[in-house]
Amino acid sequence: MNRLLKPETGGLLILGIIIAVLPLFLPNSFYFDIVILIGINAIVCVGLNLLIGYTGQISLGHAGFFALGAYASGILVGNYDWAPIAAMVTGAVLVAVLAYVLARPIMKLRGHYLAMGTLGMGIVISIMLNQEGEITGGPDGMPVAGFTVFGWEPANEWVWYWMIGGLLIIAVWLALNLVHSPVGRALRAVHGSEVAASVAGVDVQRYKVLVFVVSAVFASIAGSLFAHYSAFLTPSEAGFFHSIELVTMVVVGGMASVFGAVVGAALLTTLPQLLAVFDDYEMLVFGGILMITMIFMRRGLVPTLQSMWQRRKP
Amino acid sequence: MFAEFLQFLFSGITVGAIYALVGLGFAIIYNASHVINFAQGEFVMLGGMATVFLINLGMPMPLAIFLAIMITVLVGFALEKFAVEPARGAPIVTLIIITIGASIFLRGAAQVIWDRNFHSLPAFSGNDPILIGGASILPQSLWILGSTVVIVIALQLFFNRTMTGKAIIATSHNPLAAKLMGINTSFVLLASFGLSALLGSSAGILIAPISLTYSGVGIMLGLKGFSAAVLGGLGKPMGAIAGGLIVGISETITAGYISSAYKDAVAFIIILAVLFFMPNGLFGGRGAERV
Amino acid sequence: MTMLSVENLGKAFGGVHAVRNLNFSIGKGTIHSIIGPNGAGKTTLFNMITGVYKPTAGRINFKDQDITNLATHQMAGYGISRTFQNLQIFFNMSAVENVMVGGHIKTDSRFMPALFGFLSIRQGERECRARAEQIMCDVGLKDYINADADAMPYGALKWLEIARALASEPEILLLDEPAAGLNPTETHEINDLIKRIAATGITVVLVEHDMKLVMGVSDHILVLDSGRKLAEGTADEIRQDPDVIEAYLGHGRGTA
Repeated sequence: MNRLLKPETGGLLILGIIIAVLPLFLPNSFYFDIVILIGINAIVCVGLNLLIGYTGQISLGHAGFFALGAYASGILVGNYDWAPIAAMVTGAVLVAVLAYVLARPIMKLRGHYLAMGTLGMGIVISIMLNQEGEITGGPDGMPVAGFTVFGWEPANEWVWYWMIGGLLIIAVWLALNLVHSPVGRALRAVHGSEVAASVAGVDVQRYKVLVFVVSAVFASIAGSLFAHYSAFLTPSEAGFFHSIELVTMVVVGGMASVFGAVVGAALLTTLPQLLAVFDDYEMLVFGGILMITMIFMRRGLVPTLQSMWQRRKP
Repeated sequence: MFAEFLQFLFSGITVGAIYALVGLGFAIIYNASHVINFAQGEFVMLGGMATVFLINLGMPMPLAIFLAIMITVLVGFALEKFAVEPARGAPIVTLIIITIGASIFLRGAAQVIWDRNFHSLPAFSGNDPILIGGASILPQSLWILGSTVVIVIALQLFFNRTMTGKAIIATSHNPLAAKLMGINTSFVLLASFGLSALLGSSAGILIAPISLTYSGVGIMLGLKGFSAAVLGGLGKPMGAIAGGLIVGISETITAGYISSAYKDAVAFIIILAVLFFMPNGLFGGRGAERV
Repeated sequence: MTMLSVENLGKAFGGVHAVRNLNFSIGKGTIHSIIGPNGAGKTTLFNMITGVYKPTAGRINFKDQDITNLATHQMAGYGISRTFQNLQIFFNMSAVENVMVGGHIKTDSRFMPALFGFLSIRQGERECRARAEQIMCDVGLKDYINADADAMPYGALKWLEIARALASEPEILLLDEPAAGLNPTETHEINDLIKRIAATGITVVLVEHDMKLVMGVSDHILVLDSGRKLAEGTADEIRQDPDVIEAYLGHGRGTA
C-alpha cells in the first residue's frame, strides 16, 4: 500500500532538489527571470491540468483568471494601498466567486461548446480589462507596486526565486494530495464516463464546477505573484493567445500528470526565450508543436515517457 | 434618426455577410466531420493576404484573387490530410487543440512568409458611397452582399443537384451508411475542407478593401463566424447565414447606440447566451442522448 | 418486502412511447428478469429506475420511498447500483481503480481534507483499495487487479462492471444485458455469479436476451413488449403463456 505514496513523494523530493540546486547553475539575472516565470506558469498549469488532464474538460479562457488575479493585486495595492498578501487573497476569493458563478452554466456544456464558452468568457474578460481604462490603465497597461509583507520586500531575484519555488512545491503538493484521494479519482471517473461516475454516486456537475474553481484560484494566485514580480501589467495577460499558451503547456507536458504540467511549463516558457532571436517564428513553432504533440503524443510528454519506461522493465 | 439607423443596418448587413460566409465554412466542416475547425479564420486571412502579395508581385487583380483562393483551398486540403485525418477518432479535446495549433501555425507562417503589417486591397469598383434613404453604402458592400447571395445560391444548387454535394450531405447524416453506399467519405471530408477554405478566403478578399487585412485578422473573424454558426445551430448552413447577419447587425447597433468599445464583445456574449439558453441554436432541433 | 415498485410508469421521447403504463413490483432477495424484444423499453426502464432518464409519467418507489425524481448520483446512496449494456468502464484507470470508484459513496470525499493530505484520507484510500481488491477476488478477477482497464478482454470487463457495481454495497443490483457478447462458458459463469450475489441478500434485476440464462437463474420474469407489460410470472408460467409465445418466444428468438 505504501506503493501508493512512493512515486509521488519521490517526485516531490526530486522537484525540491532541483529547485534547491538550480540557482547554482544560473549564470545571471536573465536566467533567473526565465526560471521564475517558469515557476509562475507552472503554478497555473498544475491547476489547469486538474481541469484538462484529470477531469477531461477544456478551458480556452483561463488566462482571464490569471489576469484578474494580477489586476486585483495591481489595483488594490496601487490605488487603495492594500497589503499585497491581502490583495492576493482577496483577488483569489473574487476569482473563486466569479469562476463559481460562471462554472454553473458553462460546465454543463461539453466538448466544442465548452471550449467556445470558456473562450468567450476569456475574451470578454480581456475586452473589459482593455476598456475600463480608468481602473486598469487600459491597453497601455498599469504599473504594479512591489510585493511587501509588513515592510519586508524581496530584495532581488534570488528571493523571488525561493518564494516562487516554495510556492510551486506547495502547489504541487496540494495537487498530488487531491489526485491521490477519492476526489481525484472521482475527477478521473468523470473523464472516463460521466454516466458511470454518476451511477457510482459521483455528482458530476458539482465536481466539474469544483475543479474549475480550484484551477481558477491557482491561476489567480499565480497572476498576483506575476503582477508584483514583473511590476507591470497589460490586458494581453488575459488574451486568447495566453490562454492557448497555458493549454499548450498542460497538453505538451502531460495530461493527468502533475509533474507533466511543471515540465510543460518549463519547456514552453523557455522556448520563446530561445526563439527570442527568431521572434517572428514564435507562433509558427508553437502551432507546430501543438499539432505534432496532439497527433503523435496524445497524452503529452511525461505520461508517454513513463509508458515507454514501464514497457522496458522485464 | 432613421438615416442613422439605416446606416447601422447597412454596415451590419455588410459585416454580417462576411460572418455568414465564415460561419458557413464552420457549418460545412462540422457537418462532414463533427470537428470545429478553429483554423477557419485563417482561411479568411490567407485569402486577403495572398491576394495582396500576389498583386504586389505584379499580377492583375482578378488573377490574384483566383490564385489566392486556389492557394487557400490547397491549404485546406493539407490541413485535413495532415492534421485532422491522422487524429480521427481522437477525443474532442484533442481535435480542438489540433485545429487551434493549426490556426496558430498558419498565422505564424503568414507572419514569416509575408509580414505583420496591415494591408489593403483596392475596392472592386471604386470608393464613392451610394446614397440610399439618407444613408450611404459603399460599392464594396454591394459586392459583398451580391457575392454572398450568389455563393449561397451556388451552394444550394451544389448540395441539391450535384452528386458530390449530395454525397457530402449524406455523409453528414450518417457516415457509415454513406460509406456502405459507396461514397468515398475521405474524399467528402477533403472536399468539405476545400469548400470551407473557398468560402473563407472569398470572405477575406471581399472584406479586405473595407477593413484592412493582416496576419492576425483571422482570430476575430474566425470567432465571430463561429458565433454566427452556433447561433444558427451548428451544422445548419442556412442557419449560419441568418446567424451571421444577426451578429453583424447586433454589433453595429451596439457600436452605434450603446458603446463602440464593447462592439467586439457582442459576438462573444451571443455565443455565451446561445450556449446557455439555446444550445442547438435558433434553428437546431432538440437532441437526446442515448445511453 | 417490496424492494422496488413502479406505478403507471411511462417515458415518451417526443411522440414515441418507449415505456407506457407500467406497473410491477420486485421482492427482496429475488432474481428478477426483464425480457422482451429489442425496442421493448427494457433499457429505458433501467435508465428511469437509475435516474438517467426522467419518467414522463408515473412513479418509482424504492422501499416505500418515492425516488422518481432523484438525480442519478443520489441512487447509489439509496442502495441502487447498475451495470451498462454498452460498457461504461473507466478506461483511463486500472481495474482496481474502477472498482474503487464504485465504492465512492463509502469513502470520505470531502475536498479540504483531500487537498491537505489528511492522514485519514490516506488511511481511507488504503481501506478502499483493500475492499476493492477483495471484491475483485470474490468475483473472480484476481489476476486483473492492477491491469489497465484498456488492456483487458471484453469478458473480464463485463465482470469488472459487476465488481464496480457491487462496491457500493447495494441492496438492489440492476444488470443490463450481463451476458451480451459472452460465450456459453462465460454465460454459465455469469449465471453462477448472479446466484452467488443473490445469495448474499442483494436483490438482482436483469435485462437479458439470453433465454437459457434467464430461465435458469430467475425467480420471477417480467415480459415487456412495445413499452408495456405483456406477462409476468415464474419461468414455467412464462414459458407457457400464450401471449408471450405468440409475441416473442414462438418466433425462434432468444437462443443462447
